[in-house]
Amino acid sequence: MANRSQIIGGLAFAAAAVAAPFLPDWVVSLATIAFANALVVLGLIVLWRAGLVSFGQALYYCLGGYVVALIARWTGFTDAFVLVLLGGIVGGIVAFILGFLIARYREIFFAMLSLALSMILYGVLVKTESLGSTDGFSVLTPTFIGYAPHRDALNLALYWLTLGICAFSALGVGAYFRTIAGALAAPVRDNEIRVEFLGVSVSHVIHVKVVIAGILGGLGGGLAALAIGHVDPNMAYWTTSGSFMFVAILAGAGSVAAAFVGSLLFEGVRSFAADTMPQFWQMILGTALLVTILFVPEGLGSLLLRLRRRKARPS
Amino acid sequence: MSDILAVRDLEKTFGSLLAARDITVSVPAHQTVGVIGANGAGKTTFVNMITGHLRPTKGSIWFEGNEITGRPSREITRLGISRSFQVAQIFPTLTVFESMCMAAAIGRHTGGFFSHIVTPLHSTEAIADAEAAIALFQIAAYRDTRALALPQGVRKLLDIGMAIAGHPRLLLLDEPTSGISIEEKFDLMQIVMSALKSRKITVLFVEHDMEIVGRFADRVLAFYDGTVIADGTPGQTLDDPKVQELISGTRLKGVAAGRAAGA
Repeated sequence: MANRSQIIGGLAFAAAAVAAPFLPDWVVSLATIAFANALVVLGLIVLWRAGLVSFGQALYYCLGGYVVALIARWTGFTDAFVLVLLGGIVGGIVAFILGFLIARYREIFFAMLSLALSMILYGVLVKTESLGSTDGFSVLTPTFIGYAPHRDALNLALYWLTLGICAFSALGVGAYFRTIAGALAAPVRDNEIRVEFLGVSVSHVIHVKVVIAGILGGLGGGLAALAIGHVDPNMAYWTTSGSFMFVAILAGAGSVAAAFVGSLLFEGVRSFAADTMPQFWQMILGTALLVTILFVPEGLGSLLLRLRRRKARPS
Repeated sequence: MSDILAVRDLEKTFGSLLAARDITVSVPAHQTVGVIGANGAGKTTFVNMITGHLRPTKGSIWFEGNEITGRPSREITRLGISRSFQVAQIFPTLTVFESMCMAAAIGRHTGGFFSHIVTPLHSTEAIADAEAAIALFQIAAYRDTRALALPQGVRKLLDIGMAIAGHPRLLLLDEPTSGISIEEKFDLMQIVMSALKSRKITVLFVEHDMEIVGRFADRVLAFYDGTVIADGTPGQTLDDPKVQELISGTRLKGVAAGRAAGA
C-alpha cells in the first residue's frame, strides 16, 4: 500500500516535471508558488495530526525567504539549491530553539503562541530600515550550479527545483508518518497520559514535529522568495499563516499528496477569482472553504482515502 | 535482593494534608498483591508514587535493587514498571490493533527517543506482539473496532494490554474492575490474572471488591488513613479485626473462610 502510493506520487511528480515546458509561462510560475507553499502546508499537516494548530507557520516561511535573500545580498552567492537548503536549515534551527517553549503548549495556547512569535518577527522586520522595512527588498537572480538562466528558462529551472524538493520532502514526510514517532501523532492527540506511561516523552514527540514543520516552512519560504524575486515582512504576517491554514483545511490531514493538490487548487482559484472578480475574490475563496467544510469536512485528502477504501472493498 | 519492589518510610503531603505516611513494604517477585482500603486511604497515592506520577515527600522506593524515588514516570516505565488506570487510558480514535501495535512497537524500542524516529511502526515483530496480546486478552472480536466504541470491560483489557506490551516486570493496576458490572468482574479478573501469570509479571492491584481480592491475591495490604494497617495473606488481612472494623465490615469473615475452603 505504502509502496503503491509512493509510485503514484512519483509518477505524478514526474508528469508535472515533463509537462512544464509545454505549459504557458504563467501556469509554471503559479505552480512553483503553489508547490513552495505546499511545503509549509505539509508542515502544518505534520502538526495537525498531533492535534496542534499553528497560526504562525509564516514565521518559518519568512525566515526561509529572508535567509535566501540576505545570504545572496551579503555574499553574492546565488546557487538556488544551496540557498533554499540553508533556508530550511535555519527554519529547523529556529524551530528547535522555539520548540523548547512551544512544545509545552497545546490547543489554543499553541496556536496563539505560534501566532505571537511570527508577529514578533513581522514587527522586527518592519522596524528594520536597513532591510527595507515594510517594502522589503528584491532577491538576486539565482543560479543553478553555475547555470544562470533568464526569464522563461529561469521560471522552468525554479519550477523543477521546487518539484524536486517537494518530491523529496513528500517522500521523507511519508516515511516519517510510518515510523513510531510519526505514528504517535494520533495517540498524542488522543491521550497524552497513556503515551507517557508507555515510556515516551510527549514533549519530545511534539518537539520533533515542530522542527520538521520548521524545516518545511523554511524550504517553502526560500523557494517562494526565489520565485517571487522579492521578500517583505508580509511573509511573516498572520494573514500569510492564515492562507496556509486555509490550504491545510482544504487538503485535510489525511494524506501527503493532498497538501500539493490543495495548494495548487488554492492558488488556481485565487488567481482565477482575482482575475475575474477583483473585488470579490476573497468571497469566492471563502465560499470554497465553506463548501469544503460542509461537504468534505476531512479535506480533499479524505476523498482519495475514500476512493482507495472503495476500491479495496470489492477485491 | 529478591524483592522486586521495596518501599521505605514513604510519605506524601499535599500542603497540610497527610495523604500517605510511614509506608514500608517489600514485594517479592511473582507475587500478586491486593491493596484494599476506603476512599482516601492513600491507595492511589501509593500507586502514583511508585509509578512516578507523584513525587514522595519523604522516603525511598527501590525497584530491583535500584532507587527510583522521584524519577519521571516514563523513565520508570522504561525500567520495567507499568500501570493501568482507574479510568481506562486508551486512544479513542485508534483501533484495538493499532493501539496494541503502537504499545508493542514502543515496548520493543526503549533505546532512546531517536530509535522511534527511524523505526517503522508496523514491523513484523510489533505486529506479532500486538496480535499475541489481543489473543492473550481475548479481545480478538474487537480487533478493528475504534477504542471509543468499545464496551467498558474491553476498554479495561485494552488499557492493561497496552500496559504490559513493553514487557514490564511489575504491573500496578488501579481498580481494574471499577465501572464493571458485578457479573463481568470475575471473568475480567480471570482473563487479566491468567494473562499476567503467563507473562510472569508481579502484580499490585487496588480493589474494592473483597471477594475479588480474596480470590486473586496472594497477599493483601490494607490501607487506612494513609498507612498500611495490615499486611498478610488474604485470610490474615481480611480477618484482622482492625481491617474488619475500618474497611470491610464483618461479613468478610465468611468470604475469607470460603477462599480457604475453595483453595
